[in-house]
Amino acid sequence: MTVPLLQAKELTQTYPGVRALKGVGLHLMRGEILAVIGENGAGKSTLMKILAGVQMPDSGQIEVNGVVVSLPSVLAAQKLGIALIHQELNLAEKLDVAANIFLGRERLRYGLIDTREHHRAARIYLAAVGLQVAPTVLVHTLSLGQRQLLEIAKALSVQARILIFDEPTSSLSSSEAATLFQVIGDLRKQGVGIVYISHRLGEVKELADRVTVLRDGENAGELSRTEIEHGAMVRLMVGRDLGQFYAHVPQKPGAVVLEVSELRTQVYPQQSLSFQVRAGEIVGVAGLVGAGRTEMLEALFGVTSAVGGRVQIAGVEVRPRSPEEAIRAGVALVPEDRKRQGVILQMAVQENITLAALRQGNPSGFIDPSWESALVGEMMGRLQIKAPSSRQVVQFLSGGNQQKVVLGKWLSLKPRLLLLDEPTRGIDVGAKHEIYRLMEELAAQGVAILFVSSELEEILGLSDRVLVLHEGRMAGELDRGELSEESVLRLATNTDVRDR
Amino acid sequence: MRKILGISALLLVVCVVTALLSGSFLSAYNIENLIRRTALFGIISIGVSFVIVTGGIDLSVGSVVCLVGCGVPWLLTTHGWSVPTALAMAVAVSVAVGLFHGLLITRLGLPPFVVTLCGLLLYRGVARGFTRDQTVGFGSDFKGLRSLATGEIDLPFIPGFSLPVPWLFLVVVAGVAAVFLNRTVYGRHLLALGCNEQAARFSGINTGRMTVLAYVISSFLAGLGGLLFVLDVNSAQPVDFGNFYELYAIAAAVLGGCSLRGGEGTITGVIVGAALMQVLRNMITLVTTHNNVEFAIIGAVILAGVIADELVRRLGARRQKTR
Repeated sequence: MTVPLLQAKELTQTYPGVRALKGVGLHLMRGEILAVIGENGAGKSTLMKILAGVQMPDSGQIEVNGVVVSLPSVLAAQKLGIALIHQELNLAEKLDVAANIFLGRERLRYGLIDTREHHRAARIYLAAVGLQVAPTVLVHTLSLGQRQLLEIAKALSVQARILIFDEPTSSLSSSEAATLFQVIGDLRKQGVGIVYISHRLGEVKELADRVTVLRDGENAGELSRTEIEHGAMVRLMVGRDLGQFYAHVPQKPGAVVLEVSELRTQVYPQQSLSFQVRAGEIVGVAGLVGAGRTEMLEALFGVTSAVGGRVQIAGVEVRPRSPEEAIRAGVALVPEDRKRQGVILQMAVQENITLAALRQGNPSGFIDPSWESALVGEMMGRLQIKAPSSRQVVQFLSGGNQQKVVLGKWLSLKPRLLLLDEPTRGIDVGAKHEIYRLMEELAAQGVAILFVSSELEEILGLSDRVLVLHEGRMAGELDRGELSEESVLRLATNTDVRDR
Repeated sequence: MRKILGISALLLVVCVVTALLSGSFLSAYNIENLIRRTALFGIISIGVSFVIVTGGIDLSVGSVVCLVGCGVPWLLTTHGWSVPTALAMAVAVSVAVGLFHGLLITRLGLPPFVVTLCGLLLYRGVARGFTRDQTVGFGSDFKGLRSLATGEIDLPFIPGFSLPVPWLFLVVVAGVAAVFLNRTVYGRHLLALGCNEQAARFSGINTGRMTVLAYVISSFLAGLGGLLFVLDVNSAQPVDFGNFYELYAIAAAVLGGCSLRGGEGTITGVIVGAALMQVLRNMITLVTTHNNVEFAIIGAVILAGVIADELVRRLGARRQKTR
């Protein structure tokens, strides 16, 4: 048997109060794509940080090409050919492409940066990842997909032979993801070893040669190419069967809750949107990144003001100029960027859950501690928020539990219309399931639900009806009967899918 | 909580050291004086801590102290205004200053540092302008009004010691501020927006209005402080009255546990921080023969305190990890 490119044995890592890794192992061969999956908190991120030299394990051993190595820093890992492509991209947005590729390793001439050499070399790496931009383009003008490719070009420039991808497609459109997969495929052919972390089981199935599953800081099992299949992966991740993943029960739609006519947003002032959502309905919003889905929700929630059009909530015309006004009209939004817009990381679970309802629940202006603890107790129970106590700071919760805190914040206000923007992004399978269940439950209680998602499975599995946006306009509306991967994609890309 | 303990310990150490080095530190006269100064600086420090909690900064505090401190005696003596109208004017001006800052910051999106830095230059300049840079004061009049700052209350059980009246102002201001910050909806909103302005807005909080309120509170308390300061010392020179007070106030707030990143801070901590600043200045006056090293010593002690705090925090984190 050949020597693995990378091998980790018996890694352990303990954080205050948590044993993140309890003797995890992993091996990666040349030219192999190894997917690492697991629920949030399973230890994936910790493992990747150790392999990339971001932190040192408490114990365990790492070998590169059969030689035991120590990875005390990112630089040390880079010297051994290991590069981590972060989930949150680490690029200097105001510098150009070439400067980013050589950041910290600038090539010099007479003690000054050799820009010409930078541009020459940058073109080679950009070509290698299929990124067709000039080296002088500023990074902030690139799309997220292009930035991801730039990160890879940067990794290639340090001669990386082991690339670790952490949720690379979480903010990419499907065409950008397709480009990325092609580049990853090319790298594999060149003998680069790839560790691929993702929550999207669909793409794991498409890409991976082998899957390693982590659960609660331990190896839960491994699947070879032929065994990679949705059900098998979920079983290993959660340690049980989840039953039918999407159990959508269409409700009998009630009165019209949201009526939008000719709504025009600031990003697409030329395009207008008209649609309805009825009580008890779950309406999905599909489209590529940049199709104007988030902008639509933000206009409805008063984050940005609409340029034109009419919005009626339960028959009353509203023109929200702030979330405060939208909330008063019975609208709630679970925003896309959970950590920046959804929760207040430094505050406790309790303070987050009661934040939106404080004024309403305490008309005197003084916070009633018994009101607060009763509300928090109810929400933590109803949403099954897993936290040591209601005083726990939200920062230390898993993504799924943070998202439940956001939902808890809104439920106490009993919204008529619930808007959700990528509600399950970056959260684990078990928590996803609970959020779907909750959406179903709310719909059954007569809440109108409008949700944006880039996960096609989710759109298909949950929606009574789907609105598809393309470059700011309503490309089409599909009833449950007409829903299929093909019909949604055709509208979202505004092309005949067979052309792709 | 732990931060307050640390700063309180530091305060105690400085007190003990000073008492050992100087016999007059514990004299009733000196203690009364210390309490008076702590109360005055405590009031303006509490004001600025509201702004710091929102993640902003108010550099105009010292100049507002100067504006009100020079303006009130000027109106009373040079223009013969009645006491109530002059005080009403002082309140109106300081609230207007805060409103002005807050609106520039929230509506125009200007950085707080720049807005209040311009305020720092502006209000002192205005005060020097209308007084023609001449010292203003009460002379031997307005004894009744001045007793708000100079008055003392005899304590029944401690003979020879009386409590300065400004202490009562501090107790009231601190009490109201603490209740506001910790027990009311608005205080919670203020803390939330200090931690994460965007998430607070997405939760339906009118973050603009709350930010303006913080600057109004800061300027109002700076104005109140300015009034009490001038009542205490009887006269004010526009050129340096209240000079650097914004820095004393900010230092007290930071020593007391307010994070300049916002979202964190307690009123008790701020008062202890203000007391520490005053004891340090007192120590320098009593112990050293040259006052010109005052700033160096204060700077060094604050730095030492902040470094110690950070080291203790790291040690604690490491201990927790190896547990």
